Amino acid sequence: MTTMDDQSVGMDYLEKFPRKFFRVYLPLGLIIFFLLFPFYWMAVATFKPDAEMYDYEKYNPFWIVHPTLEHIKKLFFDTDYPLWMWNTVIVSVSSTFISLFASVCAAYAIERLRYKGSRYVGLAIFLGYLVPPSILFIPLAAIVFQLGLFDGNLALILTYPTFLIPFCTWLLMGYFRTIPYELEECALIDGATRLQILMKITLPLSLPGVISAGIFAFTLSWNEFIYALTFISSSENKTIPVGAITELVNGDVYHWGALMAAALTGSVPVVILYSFFVEYYVSAMTGAVKE
Amino acid sequence: MAVMAESAVAQVKRSSLWTRAFESRHFLGAMFMVPAIAILILFLAYPLALGFWLGMTDTKIGGAGRFIGFQNFVSLSKDSVFWLSVFNTIFYTVAASAVKFAIGLYLALLLNERLPFKSMVRAIVLLPFVVPTVLSAIAFWWIYDSQFSIISWVLIKAGLITRYIDFLGDPWNARWSVVAANIWRGVPFVAITLLAGLQTISPSLYEAANLDGATNLQRFRHITLPMLSPIIAVVMTFSVLMTFTDFQLIYTITRGGPINSTHLMATLSFQRAITGGNLGEGAAISNAMIPFLVAAILLSFFGLQRSRWQQGGRD
Repeated sequence: MTTMDDQSVGMDYLEKFPRKFFRVYLPLGLIIFFLLFPFYWMAVATFKPDAEMYDYEKYNPFWIVHPTLEHIKKLFFDTDYPLWMWNTVIVSVSSTFISLFASVCAAYAIERLRYKGSRYVGLAIFLGYLVPPSILFIPLAAIVFQLGLFDGNLALILTYPTFLIPFCTWLLMGYFRTIPYELEECALIDGATRLQILMKITLPLSLPGVISAGIFAFTLSWNEFIYALTFISSSENKTIPVGAITELVNGDVYHWGALMAAALTGSVPVVILYSFFVEYYVSAMTGAVKE
Repeated sequence: MAVMAESAVAQVKRSSLWTRAFESRHFLGAMFMVPAIAILILFLAYPLALGFWLGMTDTKIGGAGRFIGFQNFVSLSKDSVFWLSVFNTIFYTVAASAVKFAIGLYLALLLNERLPFKSMVRAIVLLPFVVPTVLSAIAFWWIYDSQFSIISWVLIKAGLITRYIDFLGDPWNARWSVVAANIWRGVPFVAITLLAGLQTISPSLYEAANLDGATNLQRFRHITLPMLSPIIAVVMTFSVLMTFTDFQLIYTITRGGPINSTHLMATLSFQRAITGGNLGEGAAISNAMIPFLVAAILLSFFGLQRSRWQQGGRD
C-alpha cells in the first residue's frame, strides 16, 4: 500500500487546535467509542458475578465491584468449550494450509505459466469468490452427507477452501504480478525448472502476499458459521461460534456470563494474531478489493 | 521468446516424453491447477448446480426427491412469510448499506487527517471486522436484552424514557436493532478500504485546487469523490453482497423473530431446509436470491468500467 500520510493536504498544520478538535477528534472519538463499546460490554459481563449482573439498582452496570473468574471456570470445566476451541484451531489451520497450497499453485500457473485459457480460469475463480456460502450450504449439506463426512472436522476442512481459495488466488495473482518477469527468465536460461523457480524465486519474493493471504484465510475460517452450524451436530465436534450459540442456551435460560466469556475468549486468539500482523491483514483486505 | 528457444535447445538433449511434458507450460499449468480446480469443482461448482436441481425437487432430509418443476416457486409465491423475508432482506440491505457507506466514508476522511497514533487508531477501528461475527452478535444480544439492556438503563437515567425498550420483541424495533448491529460490524471494512483509496489520491491535486481557491466542499466534490468512485463501486458491491446474504447476525440475535419479522431469505432457507427438513423448498429460497446478487455484481462491474474509462485507462 502506498502511504502518503506525512505529506497529505498541504496547509492543515496552520489549523488551530480547538477547531480541529471539533472537526476531527470529537467525531472520531465518538465513532471509536461506539465501535469498541460492545467489546467493553463483553469483557465486563465476563468478569462480573451474577449478583451484580442482574441488579442495576444496587450496582452501577458499567463497573465491576467484585471481579470473578466463575464464568470462565464454568465455561472451561463444565462445558465442551475446550473441545470447541481445539476443533476451531484444527479446522482453521488445516483449511488455511490447504487453501494456501492450492492457491499458490493456481495463482502461479495463471499469472506466470500463462497456459491456454488462463485468463478465463482466473476470471472464473474470481466469480467463485462472489458466490456466498448462504446459497451453497443446502446442496453442500447433501453432498457432505453423501460422502459420509457429516458431523466431523473433515467436512469443514474440505468445504472452507471453497471461499478461501478464490480469495487467496486472487490476492496472490496480484502479488506475483509485481515480481519482475526478468528474474524468472534469467533462472530459466540458467536451466532452473519451473518448480525451482516457484520455490526459490517467486515464493520468497512474494512472502508478504502469502502471509497476508494466510492471516486473512485463518481469520475467515475462524469466523465461519453457517457451514459449521449445518454440517456438525454433536457437541464435541462443534466450533466455538456454533457451540456458544447452540450449547450455552438451555431453553429459555441464558447463561449470560458463560456466553460472554465464550465470546471474549473465542475472540482473543484472532485479535492477538491480528495485532501482530495488522499491516498484512489490511493489505490483504484492501488488496483484494483494489485488484 | 528467446527463452523458448533456449529451452527448446535443452529439450533436444533429454527429450523423454515425461521431461518434455514438464517443460511445456500448458501441461505444467494444468498440473498446477489441479488442487484448486478439484476442490472448487467438487465443493463449489457442483453444489451450485445441485442447488438449482434441488430447488426443483421435493427432497426431504434423508430421502430422495422427485422432480416437481417450478412447484416450489409457485407455492413460495403464495407464501406470505417468504414475501415478508424478501421485504426484510431488501430493507436490511438498503438501510444498512446506505448508513455503512455514509459513516464509512466519513470515518475514512477522518482517518486520512493528520492524527497522532495513526496506525494504532486504524488497527482499533478494524476490530469489529476481525472478531467472529457470531461472538460480537452475542454481545449485541445482551445489549438488546429486554430487562437488562444498557441502552434502556442509560436512557432512563437520563430521563428520556420511562420504560425499558423492548428491542427484540417488537417487529420494527427488532429490524432497526439488527440493522444497527450490521452497521457496527460493516463500517470498518468500508472505512479502511476507502481510506486505502484516499491515500492513492495525489496531494498535488489538492494543492492545485487550493491555489485556485477551491473550498473544502468543492475539493471533496470535484477531486475526492471522482477519484474514489472506482473503489467505492467495488466496496459497496461487496458490502451489498455480504449484507444481502447475511445469516449469522440474524440467526444469533433474533432467529428471525418476532413472528418472522426479521427473517432474511438466508435464515428462512435455513429454517425450511435444515430445521424443517425440506431441502427442496429451502434450495428454492436460496435460488431466489441469485437474481438479486447477479444484478448487484453487474451494476458494480459496469459502474467500474465507466469510471476507469473516465480516468483515461484502457476499457
